Amino acid sequence: MTSAHVIASEVRAGTRRATDVLEDFLGRVATHDGDVHAFNTVTAEQARAAAAAIDAAAEGGRDPGPLAGVPVAFKDNLCTRGVATTCSSRMLEGWQPPYDATVVQAMTAAGAVMIGKTNLDEFAMGSSTEHSAFGPTRNPYDLARVPGGSSGGSAAAVAAGFAPLALGSDTGGSIRQPASLCGIVGIKPTYGRVSRYGLVAFASSFDQIGPFATDVADAALALDVISGHDPADSTSIPAAVPDFEAALARGVEGLRVGVVSELTGSGRNGAATGGPAPGDAAGEVLDGIDADVTERVLEAADALADAGATVGRVSVPAVTYGLTAYYLIAPAEASSNLARYDGTRYGLRVEGADVEEMNRLTRRAGFGDEVKARIMLGTFALSAGYYDAYYGKAQRVRMLTRRDFDAAYADFDVLLSPTSPCVAFRFGERADPMTMYRCDTCTIPSNLSGDPAMSVPFGTGAEGLPVGVQVMAPALGEETMLTVAAALERAAPPLPKPPLAAVTGSTGAGR
Amino acid sequence: MSTDQVAHVARLARIELTSDEIEHYTGHLGRVLEHARQLEDLDLDDVPPLAHPYPLRNVFRDDVESSPVDRDEVLSQAPAASGGQFEVPPVLGAEA
Repeated sequence: MTSAHVIASEVRAGTRRATDVLEDFLGRVATHDGDVHAFNTVTAEQARAAAAAIDAAAEGGRDPGPLAGVPVAFKDNLCTRGVATTCSSRMLEGWQPPYDATVVQAMTAAGAVMIGKTNLDEFAMGSSTEHSAFGPTRNPYDLARVPGGSSGGSAAAVAAGFAPLALGSDTGGSIRQPASLCGIVGIKPTYGRVSRYGLVAFASSFDQIGPFATDVADAALALDVISGHDPADSTSIPAAVPDFEAALARGVEGLRVGVVSELTGSGRNGAATGGPAPGDAAGEVLDGIDADVTERVLEAADALADAGATVGRVSVPAVTYGLTAYYLIAPAEASSNLARYDGTRYGLRVEGADVEEMNRLTRRAGFGDEVKARIMLGTFALSAGYYDAYYGKAQRVRMLTRRDFDAAYADFDVLLSPTSPCVAFRFGERADPMTMYRCDTCTIPSNLSGDPAMSVPFGTGAEGLPVGVQVMAPALGEETMLTVAAALERAAPPLPKPPLAAVTGSTGAGR
Repeated sequence: MSTDQVAHVARLARIELTSDEIEHYTGHLGRVLEHARQLEDLDLDDVPPLAHPYPLRNVFRDDVESSPVDRDEVLSQAPAASGGQFEVPPVLGAEA
């Protein structure tokens, strides 16, 4: 598989044609996506036209941009003008948005070529893609297992070599958890770092768009392209965008790394992270985090210590309550955001005698089980008599989380934890809603705080499946986060490629 | 969480449900809310609520003209439209 960096530099230099790159990747999609089902839509013809335009620019001496000729997959909740954007829901099946999301414009302007729209849990509500109305995506490492979710299609597409880059959205872990389960890199930037204009809204105070890539350098390249203030998104932060790629080579000497006690046990070898450090504290470790995952996180911490970082343990007590707070606030926001699907302006309509009956029948037919459950949960949490006890209390827990992170970042530059409490699980294994929601235990705290966090592959766990380590940083601290992620990547044990990639070998030119 | 509460919430959310489905969601929502009781132990009276992670306020843009999305393109995606508008069934009941 060829990296985005290599493709872009070769296409810019005129030594490789975007058209040839695209055909390599389309060939892999044609061969393997019947098994993986990463895509809802493959936009082959549109991509061929875009690649030809990139080649024409390069031949005419014009620079096609930093992502010249790089195929990219977009999660199917990112609006693409004239191309179906379904959110993997019957409600929006066949709907063609009248505009492009800002990130889609940015990627295209940088020379990237959209190869298709990827599967997700319906309206991004889920952690496995099992809630897609169009059938699940399968993990390229083991087709009997989930790729994670909700951006499971984007993660599987990159892991399977269908595209070097993909974009997803992360509301409670929906970029980081599938990246972890599919053995790739996934970044949730600071809330507001990347414009949400054109992202179909799920929970607006959490939703954030970010990249998937096979390595940290490619993820940083994509993050460079999509970051920045956008007047079309009033929650977008008017801050300068640093050179994220420059952060990769900085090294971790002198950086303070805190291993989050509540999310990381002591492992088989006891205190793997050495003696006391600033802010050293022991919190109670949450249940349900698998030992193989914990081991990899402790090894990652040791690797950073070997590379010159100061490593200690730190307690962030509010993470214990994060899951509960999130599963009240996010459904509450969803119940409001999804009120727009009423059969009037887009998507499905089931006729009724009057408007209200049309609304009720449309929403019955258009929404799947999990989406209905969350809308009703959110409606309940916001309803008279329960608002203070549920929604109000959850918002106070959110402040508590913000404060606990602030305290931790007074002593540490970055925090470390597992990304997912477990490796990729089998279909149907987490059918109980609370069991599924616990997939998000480690990722949700950064959505509550709005801080950036990312997943980096670090070895394998049970059954040889990939494990991801989560690196968290304070708001707008992506550079330090990437510095640490790059160091982890250099130290990580080699990760075998997914079997289907090994069977078919290389996509052609490249490394 | 009772079946009556779920039926009430489904009405508020405008989702038509059968009685079997109401039973199903009563179980589903009940399990999540049971977990939410964890918050009852927390003393949060002195902690203010946080609605939004990044403190931006008074977000303005320049008052300049820009081109809106194309009306016909928008209406072409609607379930029903006529005369440049979305079309819906009667709001006050067909017999009125």
